[in-house]
Formats: sequence, structure tokens, C-alpha cells
Amino acid sequence: MIEVLIFATLNGLVTGLLLFMLASGLTLIFSMMGVLNFAHASFYMLGAYFAYSISLYTGFWPALIIAPILVGLVGALVERYGLRRVHKSGHVAELIFTFGLAFLIEEAVQFFWGRSTMNYRSPDILNFPLFTLFGQNFPAYKAFMIFISVSIFIGLYYVLTRTRIGIIIQAAITHPNTVANLGHNVPFIFMAVFGAGSGLAGLAGVIAGPVLTTFPGMAVVLGSIVFVIVVIGGLGSLGGALVASLLIGLLQSYAIASNLGMPDLLNLLGVSFASDHPLNDIWRLTLPQIAPILPFLLLVLVLIFRPSGLFGKRES
Amino acid sequence: MLRKSIVWIVFAIVLLVLPQIFTSIFSISIFTQMTIAIVFALSYNMLLGQGGMLSFGHAVYFGLGGFLAVHALMMIENEEMMFSVTLIPLVGGLFGLIAALFIGSFSTHKAGTVFAMISLGMGELIAASSLILVSFFGGEAGVSGDRTYGPPFFGYDFAQGIEVYYLAAAWMFVATLCMYLFTQTPAGRMANAVRDNPERAEFIGYSARRVRFISFAMAGFFAGIAGGLFAVNYEILTEENLNAASSGRVLLMAYIGGLGFFIGPIVGAIVLTLINSLLSNYTTLWMLYLGILFVLTVMFLPRGLTGFLMMHRVPWHLGKLRLLAVPYTLTSMPGAVFLLGLVAMIEMSHASGSEFVYLGIALNPDGYGSWAFLLAVTGVAFYVLRLTLPRLRDAWSEANTITRKPDHAAKESGGQS
Amino acid sequence: MSLLQLQNVSKSFGETAIIRDVSLSIAQGEKHAIIGPNGAGKSTLFNLISGRYGVSSGNILFKGNPIHNLKPFEIARMGLARSFQVTNIFPLLSVFENIRCGLLWSMDYRYSFWNLVSRQKALNARTEAVLEEIGLHDRRNFPAGELAYAEQRALELGIAIASGAEMILLDEPVAGMSHSEAKNAVALIRKVTEGKTLVMVEHDMSIVFDVADRITVLVYGEVIASDVPAKIRGNPRVQEAYLGEVVTGDGVEATHA
Ligand SMILES: Nc1ncnc2c1ncn2[C@@H]1O[C@H](COP(=O)(O)OP(=O)(O)O)[C@@H](O)[C@H]1O
Ligand SMILES: [Mg+2]
Repeated sequence: MIEVLIFATLNGLVTGLLLFMLASGLTLIFSMMGVLNFAHASFYMLGAYFAYSISLYTGFWPALIIAPILVGLVGALVERYGLRRVHKSGHVAELIFTFGLAFLIEEAVQFFWGRSTMNYRSPDILNFPLFTLFGQNFPAYKAFMIFISVSIFIGLYYVLTRTRIGIIIQAAITHPNTVANLGHNVPFIFMAVFGAGSGLAGLAGVIAGPVLTTFPGMAVVLGSIVFVIVVIGGLGSLGGALVASLLIGLLQSYAIASNLGMPDLLNLLGVSFASDHPLNDIWRLTLPQIAPILPFLLLVLVLIFRPSGLFGKRES
Repeated sequence: MLRKSIVWIVFAIVLLVLPQIFTSIFSISIFTQMTIAIVFALSYNMLLGQGGMLSFGHAVYFGLGGFLAVHALMMIENEEMMFSVTLIPLVGGLFGLIAALFIGSFSTHKAGTVFAMISLGMGELIAASSLILVSFFGGEAGVSGDRTYGPPFFGYDFAQGIEVYYLAAAWMFVATLCMYLFTQTPAGRMANAVRDNPERAEFIGYSARRVRFISFAMAGFFAGIAGGLFAVNYEILTEENLNAASSGRVLLMAYIGGLGFFIGPIVGAIVLTLINSLLSNYTTLWMLYLGILFVLTVMFLPRGLTGFLMMHRVPWHLGKLRLLAVPYTLTSMPGAVFLLGLVAMIEMSHASGSEFVYLGIALNPDGYGSWAFLLAVTGVAFYVLRLTLPRLRDAWSEANTITRKPDHAAKESGGQS
Repeated sequence: MSLLQLQNVSKSFGETAIIRDVSLSIAQGEKHAIIGPNGAGKSTLFNLISGRYGVSSGNILFKGNPIHNLKPFEIARMGLARSFQVTNIFPLLSVFENIRCGLLWSMDYRYSFWNLVSRQKALNARTEAVLEEIGLHDRRNFPAGELAYAEQRALELGIAIASGAEMILLDEPVAGMSHSEAKNAVALIRKVTEGKTLVMVEHDMSIVFDVADRITVLVYGEVIASDVPAKIRGNPRVQEAYLGEVVTGDGVEATHA
């Protein structure tokens, strides 16, 4: 029992921190530009694919640096030549644009890399069990993922609170017009933030690709969950995004690890149903089965009862 | 009034004669798909175009309606119920309505991002649940039925594709008429007002939430009818019919067609069905082209294809449309060559084997010669295209300039409905 | 009997008190002007009465019923219409549609989705009449968002008066209009509020003293005087706080705070 709990916690942490790498960029972009970027997870996918192709030539470690930079550049270009143009048609048009972009990137990935799963693997030096607990291995690569995510989190915190550009970004989030008046180039800051956010998502893709498999559907798998996180956390709240990421990561991990379900609940209540009962599917539900829908359930509940999210102040 | 009636009569006649002109089974099946897509896209436009509600989960109502319709087909088959298959779309519509009444009761509280996110969440939730609740949704395989049981309708048993087409076309005609008439009712007019300015609507006596709720319920009803038509046509429904990809597709259709116009989604549904069924015969990359088309539309034609056509109303009313004929021709020729060249390169990069025949020209994907040729043709076409643009721009502004007396009619009613 | 009554109404945004303990009573048929410097809280007062904001404390009664907890649409249905200082129209709808929407509820169409608006003779005739009155008849088919500023102000006024509500609140209805446009607008306001109750925020003193039966002076969220024009003119506190030396013995110069 205890080993299940420990490993579920560790796995939940890995997922949660990974989700936060995506959610933090998405949150920054939203707070600056008011755009909920549907294509954010597509940049994550691009990161994995870029890293795979680069690693064929250079190995994993250079790809870890180069791929996120490339993805960041793509993001900056998308902002400069796409989003900025659509901006004048309003937020709905922007949302639809990023939606179309997500669609397009998925098709483009299939165009360049095909439909099959890429053989993108973690580097050999990290292919060993870091420790063994109750006969179960914890891979070193997952520890590496935790390390990268936490470093990014610290770095982001440092940049936002201690550096000049971070202060400007914070000011731009709360008072978009004043920053322009102070003579800062707001369009450039927008482009930079969009690029940096995309780069962060790309980095998440680079490190997640080997574990979560690199295939054309990987953006869709994570995309709506990341959306859910930023909305649950409260649009524009970085702290909220962190809490929500960990919450969702752990929740899913526990749900998958437990093998509890309705049968147990019914046993506990001493109720039973014949196997041809019309609601039989419901009476047989287990937690691992409903793990994928938990985030969405949470999303709908939060939006109904607290539309500004758990930590959000603003309502759209 | 008379003019409008004529439009509807012509519409009905077109629907009647179309399958008599294009008689192949293939084209009739495309027409049927179109009618279903039109109802679905129009219902989506009740939300986004008319009510200002951006939904990422509209396929839920289409799918739920469709699933219940298939169950109704099965009940007819098992003789648990006796009614004509012609009424199946209504079953779908009612179930779509019930689902929309339930979900709308909390999701229409706000428009904007909150609404969009709830629709996304509900969409994912229901799509995922549908895979779990196997007895109703049939899991991955879906549920299927047979439309040929039940009492025949004036001797027709709907075994033939053309009979299904006429059934679908009749339903589509009625549904389109109803959706159009809805826009002309107090609730429909206020839907537009709330879209434009929900706050002001409250100060003239209307609850923005209630207005949205009514549009939402209507949209669910008509999406359910489309789902019911789908059930009759394909006799099978799967999770794919209510998932996020389906919801995305209907957004795409309505947007590419043009949200601000009643006929926009109809145009979008026709164009996308054609792309879907014709292009997919020629290339495996049609989804890529669709993605490009979508992104370019959002960027350059925010009012969609219909909006592009409507841009010509001013020159038309000024009697200056013919000024554009020559510049359009001059621009579109290199433009077409440029596009074809690009497509050729995209296709050739994916051609298997050493031979690739494109528009009757044999090219060699492995040889430098073919690539150089395509690059040169495309490059020159692009260069010429750019040379023609200034002339087009001048002609456009000339065609939109009032030279004689000011003509108010030119700007009449902006097309927002 | 007073149609509208404010009892010790206060409103704060965060820490700052914007409306402080305002009590006011407006009688049926009265033409009431509210004046005061910019930022005094006049628009906020309208927003409280019409339900846009909730009060922090106090009561607001309309026709004897408390309305301070009602939603804007509930208050509007009781017969209170308003216009906005910052133009607040339906930009994509045509001018005609804007006015017609303003009429729908008052003509009892509610949320009906079985009547076709084009068939409603009385509704359309009334819309046409309002368009004629506000002088936008030849603009009827333009999208409202494309009108010139003064035309949008006229439309703003039109939406407010269309329903023929018993009580009409107008927030700086003629601000930004030219002299002659303002004159026409004032004549129109006078005409359509015949027999109705009007509360108007206005900076132009000639209009205020011309139209109003009673005047309330609001300064820093407090009512410093509420009386008939002649008394207001002579009130030393008002002179000091607001009108300054502009008020002369026999007339009033237009002024802006
Ligand atoms: N929604 C709000 N939130 C915070 N402060 C507000 C809000 N609305 C108005 N205020 C403040 O209340 C004061 C009065 O504003 P207003 O009622 O518009 O004045 P007036 O109409 O008399 O010029 C101003 O200082 C304004 O900044
Ligand atoms: Mg004001």
C-alpha cells in the first residue's frame, strides 16, 4: 500500500511539474496579451520532434538546448506575423486563430515526420534506476525531469521578480498602457513573451518526449489538460497554475494507481445490482477508468461555482 | 417579402433537381453529407455568429442526438416502437434540446472565455464518458442500426441513397427556414443585441443570460436534428461524432463560411464537404491544406468567404464591379500558377516511387531537374503576382469610391443578421 | 407621492467612498437635474439607481418598492429607462434595430420566438417614429458603430426614450453635441418626457435652468443642496462649491467643471 502511495506521488509530481512548465508559459502569455493560446501544447509537441531530429545528429544534450530555442523562434514568428495581425479582430478571432494553428501544426508534423511514433529515447547515461523501493525502480530520467522543471520554476521566479525585464513584464500585465507610456516597446515585449512561453513549452516537450512517447497526437493529449489547469488555477495567476498543475498531476496519478471503484463503494454500502442492470456500466466504474475525465470534471465544477478560478482575480 | 420568398422557392427547387442532374451514387452521397453539415453549421452559427458564444463542444448535441436516434432505429427494428424513420431526426433534435437545456442552464451564465471553457470541458467530459458508458454509446465501436425497418413512408423504405437524400434535404430545408425565421423573432433579434453589448441589453429589460440560454437551447435542438439525420444516413454513431475534433470541424465550417451572415455557414458547409470528399480522393494531405486554408482565412478574411463576396456589394451598388474584372484576371492567373506550384512541391515531397504525374506533367521526385523546374515556375509566378498587386489595389479603391452622388444604399444593413 | 426615493445611500469602491449618505426624493412628473463637478459621483448615482452597481448601504425605492437588490433588467421592466454618459449601443446592429430592440420589452414581446418582428406593425411604426424624432431616419440602415459621434449620442438617447418609460435617467445627453444639435436634443427631451419623470445629469447651466423643476447639487459624493432653481442659484454653499462667480444676478453663463 505504502509503496503504491509513494510511487503514485512521485509520478504525480513528475506529471504535475511537467504540466506546470506548459501552464506557466500559457499563463504568462494570457496575462500579457489576453490570448488563451490553443496552440500552446503544439509547441510542446514541436519541442519533442525538433529534439528527436536534432538528437539524431548531435545526441540528446545539445538538442536539450537547441530545440527549445528553435521552438521559441517559431513562437515569436507566429506572434509577429500571425497573432498580431488577427489581434485587431478581437479576442474571439485570436482564440480561433490559435485553434487553427494547433490544427495546422498537427498536420504539419505529420507531413514532415509521418504518422508513426518516433524512436526518441532518453540518453543512455540516465538509463538506470535511481533507487529501488519495495522492489520497484524509480528511473533516473524521471528525477532528471523533476530537476529540470524545478530549475525552470526557480529561474522563472528569479527573472520575474529580480530582473528589469521581469519587472517590466509584471508591470505590463497589470498596467498595459502605462508601460507603453514609459517608452517600452510593448509589441516587442509581447513577441518576446510569446516566444519565451513557446520555448518553455518546447523544453517540456524535449524532456517529456522520451517518456510520454513522441507521436502526432501528443499535443491533443496534453493540450486541453493544460487549458484546464490555467483556468482552474485562475487565468493569469502563476501561483494558481502551479497549484493546479500539481493538483491535476497528483489526482490523475492517484486515480490511476488506486484500483478502487464503484464495486468497492457498493460493497461498503452493502448494495448490489444484477449484471444486466441498465446502469451496469456505472456500477462497475473504477477510478483508473475515470482518471482521464477528472480534470474536465474539475474544470466544469470550478467554472460553475467560481468562474474566476481558484486563485484568479480577473474575470474575462 | 416577395424577394425573400423567391429565394426560398429557388432554394427548394435546387434541392429537388440537384440529384437529377448529378445522378451518381457518389454525388448523391455528397449531397446528403452537405445537407447534414448545413444544419449542423447553421446551428453552430446560432451560438457564435448570432449569439456571440464561442463553443468548443457543440458536437456533443449533434452526437447525443445521433446516438439516441440510432437507439430509436434499433427500437423500431425490435418493434418496441412503431413510427416512421422520417421522424428520427426529430428524436435526435429533442434529445439535443434536452441536453442543451441541462448544460445551458449553467454554461450560458457568461459569454466569452468562461463560456468557451465550459463548452470545452463539457465536450471532453461527455466524449470521455461515452467511452466508459458502453451500453448506451457502444464503446470504441459505437452503436449501429438499420433505417429500413418501420412503416414505409408513402411506399419508400429508405433503402436507397436518393431516398435518404430527399429525406435529409426536406429536413434541412425546414430546419434552415426555422433557423432563419428564429433570427427574425424578438428572441433572435435580442440574441444579436446581447452578442453586441450584453450590458446594454439588461438596461432595456432583457436578461442577457436568458437570451443566451434560449439561443443555446435552439442550437442544441438543431444540432440534434443534424445528428439524427447523420444517424439515418450512416446508421452508425461512434465517439468520434461527439468529440473535440468534431466540435472543431463545425467551428471551422462556420468560420470559413463567414459568421456574420446567415448563409455563411451554408457556404462553409458546402465548401468543406466538397474539400473533404473530393480532395481526399486526390491527396492524403488534404487535412494539411484545410489547416492552411483555415489559418489564412482567420488572418486575411475575418468575415469568411461570404464576407469576401459581400465586400463587393459597394462596387456593385456603385455600378463599378466591372472595373475589377481585368485586375482580378491578371492577378488570379499568376496566383493560380503560384498555388499549383506550391502544391506540386508539397505533393512531390510526399510522392512514393520515382514517378510523379501532376496535371499531366511527369516529374521525378528524386531528380534535381524536377525540383528546379517547380521552384523556377513557382518563383516566377510569385514575382509576377506581386507585380499585378498594385493595379488590383488601385482598381479596388477606385471601385469603392463614390464619384457621383452619395449612395446610401451601398452600405445598407451591413449584412449582420 | 415621490416616484423615486434614495434613503441614506452610500457606495464605496474598495476604500474610497464615492457616494456618501445621499437621500433624495423625486416626485412623479418632476424634471430633476443633478449637477456637480466631474468625479462628484453623478454617474455612479445613476448606476446605483439603475442596478448596474449594488449599494454599499441604504435603500432605493421606486414606486414605493425597494429596487437596490434588483438586476438592471428587473428595474428596467418596472419602467425606469436610462442613457449612458459613455455611448453604450449595439454597434453591429443597424440604427433601426437598435431602437427596435429598445422597444421590444416595453411592447411586451419578451423572449417570444414565434412572432416575426417584421410583421409587427405597431412595433415598426413606433420605431420609425422614434427615428424621426431623433433625426436619424436617413441613417436607419447603417450599423450603429459606424455613425458619427453626435449621431451615436442621438441614438443613445433614442434607445433610452424609445420604451416610453415612466422615469428616464439621462447622463449628460447632449455632451459633445454642437450648439444647434444640443438645442434640438433638448427640445426632443422636453417633448418625450412630457408627463414623465426625468432625472438628468448636465453640465450646461443654461439647459439645466431651462429644463429643470428642481436641481440637486452633488459634490464629493454628498448632496449639498436640492431645491428649485431659484433657490439653488441663491444658495451660497452652491455658489462657493460649484458655480463660483459665474452665477450673476439675472442669468447663468454656461460653465464646465
Ligand atoms: N467601477 C468603479 N470602480 C472604481 N471607481 C469608480 C468606479 N466608477 C466610478 N468610480 C470613481 O468614482 C468617482 C465618481 O465617478 P463618476 O460617478 O463617474 O463621476 P461624475 O459622473 O460625477 O463625473 C470617480 O473618482 C471614479 O474614479
Ligand atoms: Mg459622469
